[in-house]
Amino acid sequence: MNQVNSFTNRINKALGKKQLQNNFRSAMNYLMDKRLAKFPDYERLQISRHKSNTIRTNSVSNIKDLLILLEKNLVRNGIKVHWAENGNQANEIIQSILTKADAKKVVKGKSMVSEEIELNEYLIENGFEILETDLGEFLIQLSDDKPSHIVMPAIHKNKFEIARTFSDNFPDLKYTEDVDELTQQARLVLREKFSHADAGISGVNFAVAETGTLCLVENEGNGRMCTTVPDLHIAITGIEKVVEKLENIPPLFDILPKSATGQECTTYFNMISGPRKKDEKDGPSEVHLVLLDNGRSRVSRDNSINDILSCIRCGSCINHCPVYVKLGGHAYGTVYPGPVGIVFESLTQGLDKTGALTSACTMCGACEQVCPVKIPLPTLINRLRNESIEGVDSDSILGKGSLKMPIESGIWKVWRFIYSNPLVYLFFIRAMTRMRLLVPTKFGKWSKYRNTPKPSKRSIEEIARSEGFINE
Amino acid sequence: MNSSRENILNNLLEGSIESKQRKIVERDSDNPISNKKKIESLKNMLESVRAEVHLLSFNSLNEWINSELSKRNLNRVLIGSKATQKELDLKPSKSLDVSYYVNNIEDWKNELFNDIDVGITTTIGAIARTGSLVLWPNSEEPRLISLVPDVHIAIVKVDEIYETFSEIIQKQKWAENMPTNALLISGPSKTADIEQVLAYGVHGPKQLIVLIVS
Amino acid sequence: MTKQVYFMGTCLADLYYPKIALAGMQLLSREGVEVIYPKKQTCCGQPAFNSGYRKESLPVARSLMSCFKKNIPIVVPSGSCAGMIKHHWSELFVGELDYDEAVSVSKRVFELTEFLVDNLHIKLTDLGEPTNIAIHTSCSCRNEMRVADRIESLVSQLANVDVSVQERKKECCGFGGTFAIKQADISGAMVKDKTDALKAINADKVVSQDCGCLMNIGGALSKQQSKLKTQHIAEFLWDRTNEPS
Repeated sequence: MNQVNSFTNRINKALGKKQLQNNFRSAMNYLMDKRLAKFPDYERLQISRHKSNTIRTNSVSNIKDLLILLEKNLVRNGIKVHWAENGNQANEIIQSILTKADAKKVVKGKSMVSEEIELNEYLIENGFEILETDLGEFLIQLSDDKPSHIVMPAIHKNKFEIARTFSDNFPDLKYTEDVDELTQQARLVLREKFSHADAGISGVNFAVAETGTLCLVENEGNGRMCTTVPDLHIAITGIEKVVEKLENIPPLFDILPKSATGQECTTYFNMISGPRKKDEKDGPSEVHLVLLDNGRSRVSRDNSINDILSCIRCGSCINHCPVYVKLGGHAYGTVYPGPVGIVFESLTQGLDKTGALTSACTMCGACEQVCPVKIPLPTLINRLRNESIEGVDSDSILGKGSLKMPIESGIWKVWRFIYSNPLVYLFFIRAMTRMRLLVPTKFGKWSKYRNTPKPSKRSIEEIARSEGFINE
Repeated sequence: MNSSRENILNNLLEGSIESKQRKIVERDSDNPISNKKKIESLKNMLESVRAEVHLLSFNSLNEWINSELSKRNLNRVLIGSKATQKELDLKPSKSLDVSYYVNNIEDWKNELFNDIDVGITTTIGAIARTGSLVLWPNSEEPRLISLVPDVHIAIVKVDEIYETFSEIIQKQKWAENMPTNALLISGPSKTADIEQVLAYGVHGPKQLIVLIVS
Repeated sequence: MTKQVYFMGTCLADLYYPKIALAGMQLLSREGVEVIYPKKQTCCGQPAFNSGYRKESLPVARSLMSCFKKNIPIVVPSGSCAGMIKHHWSELFVGELDYDEAVSVSKRVFELTEFLVDNLHIKLTDLGEPTNIAIHTSCSCRNEMRVADRIESLVSQLANVDVSVQERKKECCGFGGTFAIKQADISGAMVKDKTDALKAINADKVVSQDCGCLMNIGGALSKQQSKLKTQHIAEFLWDRTNEPS
């Protein structure tokens, strides 16, 4: 039960931090309000969601053919395509590309997939200089931290912490807590890095099979810098990001920024379809795409779970999760936190690794209401809970049954005995009502936060009978 | 031994495009909006994210550029090529120091990053609903003009304003031939990574000036 | 022919809050409905289902299902129990011989406020003293059963009742069934947020459709020694609209 214990430790740590609680509460309120303001018309929102769901579930059901088509068109365009079954392979591929190009200094745009494979650690270990350029990720890197949210990685930091991080790392710069000044300092520091970098690494938001195009969304301009200034660009993506047609992009680009940060659209939408052409003056002369599997292909095969691959990484589910707001991202201990994390991590890595996370959910359904591609998250979490306890090992879900607990299981067997046998239940409820004063009202930690009443004096059945309701 | 590619492909869900494709119905604009409304929408959306927008006649473009750039001390100007300059009928005044992006980036990176105040580009259109400029950089107007200088001036033709992203993709037949790089630019660069407070001018241009020219 | 319905009390109300069930049956009966209370009923199976124990949940749900043989509506004073039957029995009974029966039963389920408004078009006359309340809609009523506005519409018929709106009204109270025991500390933090929000407004009482939420919120308020009371909507409506005999 190691994963259960370590999760519990992380939870306790998170719940004990007042400052963190406040940060997350105000950040999530902000993101939820901003999103709501962008969807004033309920009907229109449902139409958009339906459209996005159709596009993305098509992507998943046709994933094999689309990846083959994507590769064909990327290669035709001059982009080199690599396939990585897992993080190790992906890291080795990237290292080899960099080495071949004699590239040492790397600038990087935001990519959750790169977190998944721990790319930064790997490259640094192997002698490369790799710098995060998205401001949030930059701050994370400077403070040797991990992202706590998939869209706003430094959301757990307040400006005092950030000011301190800056001045610790750049002692020549004036100490400031002013957001504009801090931003300008970051601009100054990173511009120098952009112009001298040997290679740029980026993620991909959507990969269009029809035209062999990589699409990236961003607000800061660092993504464009990373993918345009250095002579080498390496993009890495999960295989599920493939989308069939160019005409599928506008609906997705419409709903993604609105869901994620409550923006009409991001400042930049960058569509890359090839390396620098012969007479062009800038842009990388070499562009690579690394397609990462890391468990996704196995998930794709099972139609009862592959909806999770529709995810477009907007973070809405995370923003609306009442459990996430109390824990923050780090407590989950995974790259992807919140509702999407519980499902995606458990399905790609196995319930034996992250199945404990399935208990961090009240089944409130808020996530399902806001998911732009209509992933049935609560249903999937419930399913995974069940598989982690009662499941028997199978092909598409790993780690089934790894959270089987004999005592808990025994309690539920007793419960079943009482509640599935009306005569036994009658005896039980008589006992509870007649001996109500003997029934405990303290139930472990439940009672730390609440008082519990004594059982009632009469059961409903008795009352119904005495009030004259038909009692079949 | 199978390659990674083979392993991954063999592991994937079997499906076929023909059998699984569901029809996607794009909601057509019942009433395509008027040009006037398009301009208004483009202007409002851009201004809401701190871009500066001006409506000019083609004839007054040159004068605006000359007088405004001098006034704002944006004297070191980058234009794609002399051909672009001619197309825009620009005659830069003597107070402006105009560079043309005719050499490869490798040959003059330092100057591009440090010695240019403003980059001027044309566009292939704009999107009214989202307030976006659409650029297809090419050999005449390379990609970094609209990214590196602190100020970016983009020139939009008033009859090249589309209502939606879908519309421009469809009408300009993008799917037939995508350029190396296609861009939607919807304001000066920004971030909200520090306590969700919006700050402008991060890594892309600090200022975006849009000239809608008729 | 008088309209007939089955009334499902819910296992939680049976143990702790039977008056909720009584109030529900009385409200229905007053509208001329013949209420049948199947005495063999126990539980919809949700506690085990949500805890991952579907093998234990199934026989319990099956036992309940046998109480609802007649093709008449089943009214439940709880969004989460109604939701379990309506939306999850089809999942639970997958592959079982009585799958079709489960599906057909699930189509006959109504949450109480839903039934009062949609089926009975109930008209209420407020006989109570002026009061100010907060409404807490359970997540299952809001997101699963999608009947959040029914409780609002019922309360709006009560002329002497003002409604105050708490902050983050739509956010989960932290009950989540066995979540409140399995992740007690997270649940405790969530219910604290909820009770803080409810205490910050001008309400005398918090009214809800689900006694799980009420047990959670009410229990927390009681532990905090708050004067703020809680009551199920069925009792609230019955108390305020019933002529004392």
